[in-house]
Amino acid sequence: MTDLASNPPASRVTTGRVIVWTLAALIGLTLMFAPFLFTDVRSQQVAARICVFIVLAASYDLLIGYTGIVSFAHTMFFGLGAYGAAIALKAMGGGWAAIALGGAGGIAAAIVLAFLIGVLSLRVKAIFFAMVTLAAASVMMVLASQFSGLTGGEDGIVYTTPDLFKPATRLLVDADGGVIKLFGVSLNGKIAAYYFVFLISLALFWFLLRIVRSPLGTVLEAIRENEMRAEALGYRVVAYRTAVFIIAAIVAALAGLLWAVWLKYTGPDSVLSFDIMIDILLMVVIGGMGTMYGAVIGVALMSLAQYYLKDIMEVAASATANVPVLPQMLNPDRWLLWLGILFILLVYFFPAGIAGTLMKKGGQK
Amino acid sequence: MNKQISSLFEKAGGVYALPVILMVIALPLVGSFPTWVTLTVAGLGMGMMIFLMASGLSLVFGLMDVLNFGHSAFISFGAFIAASVLSVLAVWVGADNWVLNLLALTLAIGAAMLFGLVAGWAFEAVIVRPVYSDHLRQILITIGALIVADQLVLVIWGGIPISVPKPAFLQGSFFIGDISIEIYRSFAFVVGVVVFGLLYLVLNRTRLGLLIRAGVENREMVEALGFRIGRLFVLVFVVGSALAAMGGAMWGGYQGLISGELGSQVMILVFIVVIIGGLGSIEGSLLGALLVGLLGNYVAFIFPKLSLASNMLLMMVILLWRPYGLKPAIKR
Repeated sequence: MTDLASNPPASRVTTGRVIVWTLAALIGLTLMFAPFLFTDVRSQQVAARICVFIVLAASYDLLIGYTGIVSFAHTMFFGLGAYGAAIALKAMGGGWAAIALGGAGGIAAAIVLAFLIGVLSLRVKAIFFAMVTLAAASVMMVLASQFSGLTGGEDGIVYTTPDLFKPATRLLVDADGGVIKLFGVSLNGKIAAYYFVFLISLALFWFLLRIVRSPLGTVLEAIRENEMRAEALGYRVVAYRTAVFIIAAIVAALAGLLWAVWLKYTGPDSVLSFDIMIDILLMVVIGGMGTMYGAVIGVALMSLAQYYLKDIMEVAASATANVPVLPQMLNPDRWLLWLGILFILLVYFFPAGIAGTLMKKGGQK
Repeated sequence: MNKQISSLFEKAGGVYALPVILMVIALPLVGSFPTWVTLTVAGLGMGMMIFLMASGLSLVFGLMDVLNFGHSAFISFGAFIAASVLSVLAVWVGADNWVLNLLALTLAIGAAMLFGLVAGWAFEAVIVRPVYSDHLRQILITIGALIVADQLVLVIWGGIPISVPKPAFLQGSFFIGDISIEIYRSFAFVVGVVVFGLLYLVLNRTRLGLLIRAGVENREMVEALGFRIGRLFVLVFVVGSALAAMGGAMWGGYQGLISGELGSQVMILVFIVVIIGGLGSIEGSLLGALLVGLLGNYVAFIFPKLSLASNMLLMMVILLWRPYGLKPAIKR
């Protein structure tokens, strides 16, 4: 983590920082106007996914980047939030009460679990913690698929959301009772659902930014850099770590809630699978650990890569169809292979990630 | 009162008595004695296979403070390589001649272990060595390597599960009275005991083992005395990888049908075992593996739905009781 320690203090403005901020702001603005910029369904899906995953990755960054805790249970909390909302929406029908109640239930479960795991295993080595969370997350996945009465098993749950989010809902009507169109886009329930996701994601991201800029954030960085010293200065390391783990769990659960409301479907593959955990890890590390804005950049980059890298590989695979092994390696389904190699190289040569590396560059203004 | 119990517990063998206690508790819960014997043998066999995979991981961590999340890659590759060798030697495998059967099996496991040796050496040099002292990057890099390895398995063997031919002499069960015992599991148990015995002898009766144990205890001191701990570490890493490949090969034969997820599925059990047992000691790994294997089998019989969760629960309880595991080599 020494690479991060050599970062200039947060208050100083460097060219690198400006570039990072501009990138993050551009991504934010694009997401803000996404429904008007991209009108097809698939792009809106990608935009909503990016919003939710920015929150998820940023809360993970709070753990791995700011506190130096490596957890593999982040999808577990994501899943708890999503399943909480999903089960309530299924049982009570699509209403706001169901979202509130289910969300509260999911968050409560996340808090209890995070507290238990934290108290039990944050006392010992970081590496131990990584193993415990990995085990916990996989057990949760098995439980979700086995208690099929409650969770729908492998098939997951399909449910309805509040009427406001139905595509048939008209937000603004003109004199004739038709939907008002803005820049050629009908202001219907789909837009409402997107902005519900976007605004809450924005608020959560802002909340995380406030945390890392607060005195609490400074203590966390102190713990990351030198645990013994922080302890000697009188900070109770275990208490801080547990608290941060719980905060990150709550934010992840809220992100899960958003994802459940947007998708109108919750299943093991959409919220709990280990692939999502790997995605989050890659996003945070590629974007830059311990920067928050890195999460934004990482998520946007990875999500785009997931769609476009596959297209490129498709072309490459058909171009090399006559060579023996290459087509299998270039099969679009094997895109993780190349991302994995990229990831290893990145951790070797640019451990600070895109945002971290950029932020160190450039003279002071 | 509490003191009495703990002194009684220590007299009964301390943590080593736990598997026996577990067996005794399970007997009335299972109900019938023959079923209990079948389950116990099955659990012991399963535990020994997990032990093969866990021991290397635990020693590598103990010696060099390196936790290899890519360990499961060796398990998957071991299973797939053994399966390929067995299908090539299908005639020998299916023959009604136990010498040919055993030869095919030895070749298959040998191929897997050879791969483990070579790949372990390469893995150590390329992936692990540059990030010795940095835990965070270690976790990240080995996870990256795991992703790549898992994808390579898919590239080479494809995404469809493949079946592993089982040598004829290991098929089926034998009976003692009305107790049925699966031959393959007993075989796995015997192999595990032999490997544990060898490891134990090497670690406790040879100079090399002495150095390894000393390195686990205090690396700097061993280095200061002029021994090249780096080389020892490579050796341990390579042997650990080979054992993982061997465990994977055995596990593949036991499952009968293997897919690309085999490694990561088993890895969860391996992690639980290493955590329960305490990092850095093979005795701890053995203890953890037996507990996990036995409990998994008993619970799968009594409450089928809780099978995997039971191991998680076991881990939680043991961590509450002993935060560093049952038999850690080092307490830090």
